[in-house]
Amino acid sequence: MTELPNIQELQKTATQVRRDILRMVHGCQSGHPGGSLGCTDFLVALYFYHLNHDRSFNINGVGEDLFFLSNGHISPVWYSVLARSGYFDVKELATFRKINSRLQGHPATEENLPGIRIASGSLGQGLSVALGAAQVKKMNDDKSLVFVLMGDGELQEGQVWEAAMYAAHNKVDNVIATIDYNGQQIDGQVNEILSLKDLGAKWSAFGWHVIESHGNDMDEIVKKIAHAKSLTGKGKPVLNIMTTDMGYGVDFMTGSHKWHGVAPDDKQLENALSQLDETLGDY
Amino acid sequence: MTKYTYTEKKDTRSGFGAGLLELGRTNENVVALCADLTGSLKMTDFQKAYPERFFQVGIAEANMMGMAAGMTIGGKIPFTGTFANFSTGRVYDQIRQSIAYSGKNVKICASHAGLTLGEDGATHQILEDLGMMKMLPHMTVINPCDYNQTKAATIAIAAHIGPVYLRFGRPSMPIFTPADQKFEIGKALKLIDGHDVSIFATGHLVWEAILAEAMLADKGIKAEVINIHTIKPLDAKAILDSAQKTGCVVSAEEHQMNGGLGDNIAQLLARFNPMPMEMVAVNDSFGESGIPHELMEKYGLSAKNIVEAAEKAIGRKK
Repeated sequence: MTELPNIQELQKTATQVRRDILRMVHGCQSGHPGGSLGCTDFLVALYFYHLNHDRSFNINGVGEDLFFLSNGHISPVWYSVLARSGYFDVKELATFRKINSRLQGHPATEENLPGIRIASGSLGQGLSVALGAAQVKKMNDDKSLVFVLMGDGELQEGQVWEAAMYAAHNKVDNVIATIDYNGQQIDGQVNEILSLKDLGAKWSAFGWHVIESHGNDMDEIVKKIAHAKSLTGKGKPVLNIMTTDMGYGVDFMTGSHKWHGVAPDDKQLENALSQLDETLGDY
Repeated sequence: MTKYTYTEKKDTRSGFGAGLLELGRTNENVVALCADLTGSLKMTDFQKAYPERFFQVGIAEANMMGMAAGMTIGGKIPFTGTFANFSTGRVYDQIRQSIAYSGKNVKICASHAGLTLGEDGATHQILEDLGMMKMLPHMTVINPCDYNQTKAATIAIAAHIGPVYLRFGRPSMPIFTPADQKFEIGKALKLIDGHDVSIFATGHLVWEAILAEAMLADKGIKAEVINIHTIKPLDAKAILDSAQKTGCVVSAEEHQMNGGLGDNIAQLLARFNPMPMEMVAVNDSFGESGIPHELMEKYGLSAKNIVEAAEKAIGRKK
């Protein structure tokens, strides 16, 4: 990425993506709006600025940066970002979670949706997948990077820590893992359900290079991803602990686990959309 | 037809090791991952010859399965190696989501399957793995019978695109199939022609079936013996053709009766040609510590049990 980011353009895209998320979840009266809204700015910054990717989509992704979504339940934001990036027609967003759709409740490869390289949804598996892909990039002398996003509640899965050990021990330094640190999970606050305690210290102790960021400030997240990229290739895997607000962008959804997996009704949708201007045209 | 004899005994896992080493030489995309059981899986020769293509993951099988799935993205053909127990039950969800549902070209290679693992006991003697793996859509399930066949199967699965579960074992077993065999996935092999009863055996039980055939012949019974090395996709035609000819069936496997090869054969017969059938398999119990042949006798998986099952099946013919 040589040209400078246009933060305002990215913000406009993010606003449209948030509208897409709300309308998709409302359209099928199911899905996960909270985490999707919280991670919108990050995914827009990644796909519309940082990621070196080919929209014609080849599953092997040779010579491209790869992105894996480990917390697959925030599929609405990923589908919207993929469609808005040109992987498939935005009209297809209307099929989300409906029968015969390529847009499954959780991301899948079975229906050959462009942009998806592996199924996710059962938590804790994405970091391992990213490490495998990253190892192959090294074997192929492919200098591009592998990104993976995980939820914070997801870190309660043991497999994440198996992968964390592997990555540091084997110096998988072409991986940037990001944690959506919104502090919420289905049953309540992460700190109350099963605390992560000092998360940065944990990952540092595992041998990762840890940075922190705020994920709902477009200017900052663009800069922090750039910083994370500058730390690759130095013998350590890179972790970005990204604080976000679940439900960000809609006042009555912000900061509450109650909107983790609940769809808005007609009135709530109307209220939510009134807070987000249509910028690129609804699907 | 051929009389089956042997001059040498070897473990099937060594057949896997030899096949993997050959793949290292012939297919640069083959990579191997192991969860701290390199010697037990006979992967040491591959590791030494191709260290840049060997990945030691430590005692972390879930991560191994996820990594293997990720390695297919970029065109590698990953072979994972650990005990059958840790290759299946321990990582079922990882295999289901990241490998089977995602259609990834991963070869799950599993040693020390079944009772013949022996002294380590029931914690390690998995008898449910074939059932778990065959239930997964997209998964191919293979259980070869001796060293030569395991080597040939290992080489063959690299050329097959899609996830495969390859099951083999620890004990030394007679080598009675040819060294130069071509392994065809999904193709049952008729070993002995007969007309009184069809014996469909898989894995270590194929040799027991050959012994049983000789014992039955002494009683004037002509049994047909067919090696079902591929549990899925099952060679339905070979099974139905043989069953039609003999009129009764015995299945034999080192696995739980619930969910094993016998279930699949019974399913076929029930749908297309119902007839008497007996199953030689473990009957809803865990194993225990012991010497492999003692365990096979105690749990009813020896040639003698196949003979009894065959006589019973024949007796049930109308």
